[in-house]
Amino acid sequence: MNAAIRCELRVARCGFKKIMMKLSKLIFCGVTFVIVFMSLLPFIWFVNTSLKTQAEVTAIPPTLAPSGSLHFYHSAIVKYDLLHYVKNSAIVAGATTFITLFISILSAYVLARLRLKYKGLIMGSLLLVSMFPQISIAGPVWKIMQSLGWLNSYQGLIIPYVTLTLPLGVWILTIFFKELPKELEDAARIDGCNRIQTLYKIVVPLAAPGIFTAAILVFIYAWNEFFFALLIMTQRKFQTLPIGIALFQGQYTLPWGEIAAASTVATVPLVLLVFLFQKRIVRGLSAGAVKG
Amino acid sequence: MAGLKITTLKKSFGRNTILQNISFEVSDGEFCILLGPSGCGKTTILRIIAGLDQCDKGEIFIGDREVSNLTPKERDVAMVFQNYALYPHMNVYENMAFSLKIKKLSKTKIDKKVRKAAKLLDIEDLLDRKPRELSGGQRQRVAIGRAIVRNPRIFLFDEPLSNLDARLRSTMRVELARLHQKLGTTMVYVTHDQVEAMTLGDKIVLLDKGVIQQIGPPQKLYKSPSNLFVATFIGGPQINLIEGVLDADKNKFLFRAGSLIIDLSSRSGLKKYLGLKVTIGIRPESLMPADGPFLGSLEVVEHIGSETILYVKTVNGRIIAKASPIFQRKTGDKISLALRTPDVHLFYKGIRI
Repeated sequence: MNAAIRCELRVARCGFKKIMMKLSKLIFCGVTFVIVFMSLLPFIWFVNTSLKTQAEVTAIPPTLAPSGSLHFYHSAIVKYDLLHYVKNSAIVAGATTFITLFISILSAYVLARLRLKYKGLIMGSLLLVSMFPQISIAGPVWKIMQSLGWLNSYQGLIIPYVTLTLPLGVWILTIFFKELPKELEDAARIDGCNRIQTLYKIVVPLAAPGIFTAAILVFIYAWNEFFFALLIMTQRKFQTLPIGIALFQGQYTLPWGEIAAASTVATVPLVLLVFLFQKRIVRGLSAGAVKG
Repeated sequence: MAGLKITTLKKSFGRNTILQNISFEVSDGEFCILLGPSGCGKTTILRIIAGLDQCDKGEIFIGDREVSNLTPKERDVAMVFQNYALYPHMNVYENMAFSLKIKKLSKTKIDKKVRKAAKLLDIEDLLDRKPRELSGGQRQRVAIGRAIVRNPRIFLFDEPLSNLDARLRSTMRVELARLHQKLGTTMVYVTHDQVEAMTLGDKIVLLDKGVIQQIGPPQKLYKSPSNLFVATFIGGPQINLIEGVLDADKNKFLFRAGSLIIDLSSRSGLKKYLGLKVTIGIRPESLMPADGPFLGSLEVVEHIGSETILYVKTVNGRIIAKASPIFQRKTGDKISLALRTPDVHLFYKGIRI
């Protein structure tokens, strides 16, 4: 009799556990969905708006489903010269990424491999520099660029961006390089490589996930940056995409559709990049967390 | 091919002295083993020979050329690492061809050399595979192959078999010996495994705490250890050591340790040690179960197939002896051990008399 009751109790406990597990899964999924939806809402909203017609944008009550018109894209490209801003952003972000990575790879290799006396201090200073609020350095940066005559020039924006993104690149790559077995570099030196050959033939290919992560993060920063771009690029010729889009708005006009289309054009490449290389980025960011 | 000569090598890391006054020579085509416990400095010597580390003092000659200040590239040596150090992003062929590409050899020459080495090591089928797709033994072969293709003046091996299981290790040991016979190149091989050292080496350089303890052929180190460290490090099971006093009785030299008395009359030059504390060392195979001076009880009996190892508890401590594989007695039985040969090593203050 007792055994039967105990058995029933066990079954009931098992059932309760299963229900609790399902419930916690459900809550987890629900919370994740809400967070993702809230993050994606602005993106969904402007993609949706960009595919509407002028009438649909201003309709009251607002229309939820767009008619799929590409009118605003056409208008943004032709009327507002969107591709000009895309080109400027590509030049600035591309050059920033390339220069930052080049310097980061060399410095990170030195920090990871050579016996330096104040390595900790250097790494700490890098971290400290990266924490400076932009506004605190805006004045000096503007003054330096003005004295160099680099206001309204690509280098005028690229150099501050490189300075601001270097700590990130150096940190990510130092961690990555430290993880690579030293014997591989020893083997390369025995095989006849000098230090530089060892770096670009052995170390860099092996640290590809880290380099890729750094590249994506630096590129995203340079592509999205608004404050310095607004400060340094006052002429339309050199303005980047975020400034260009912000200036679509005239004194009496607010071209929602064109702004939405341009924002989509500005965002989609980044989203695609991150989606395509998601695994590599996660691997790059979590390097050093667990023993490989 | 070339010989190797090292003179008065010194190396410190900060305040820690790693190597003190290391000097030895390896003849052209010789297989030299650097043997010693972990942390004795053997790998550091190898790295200094390779040019991966710089010595604080001393000279290294490869052939007639002094190489102490040359880069690894200029020394023309090849090294096989403990963890293989194969380039993970290259396949086997590319790994083996890498050094030749750096040398800017033509593609045809590279191909010929790589395929020849691959054939020698029986890894022709693996050329397209990445290192992660290989077993430990295969990786080791590739690492050796990478060294062979360069046709170096000296091969350096840094504990190349320590990551392999026991069976594979013995197979690779034989292959390495075969390879050395075939290539005839000078080889310097670092290990802490005395079986590898005894079976592979023409010469052993035995180190402890950065100091050379003895240099010589394996049998010399085994049969005439120059000090207590060499005596205990070489040989398994370990040599039996008993402390006692050297005594004389009617023209006879006797070793006394409590009730144990061993006649050492056959030895010469013992007069100056009379009355002094000495240590005798007896290899387990020099003792056998028979009427003799060692009395005790069997503590452990290990039947290992080809022979039986006896651990005997005596008043002079634990004594290890070897018996035939058909030895029948059990743990706890009383036993007497006799000296099979007059092969007794004698040490005074740790140094061989």
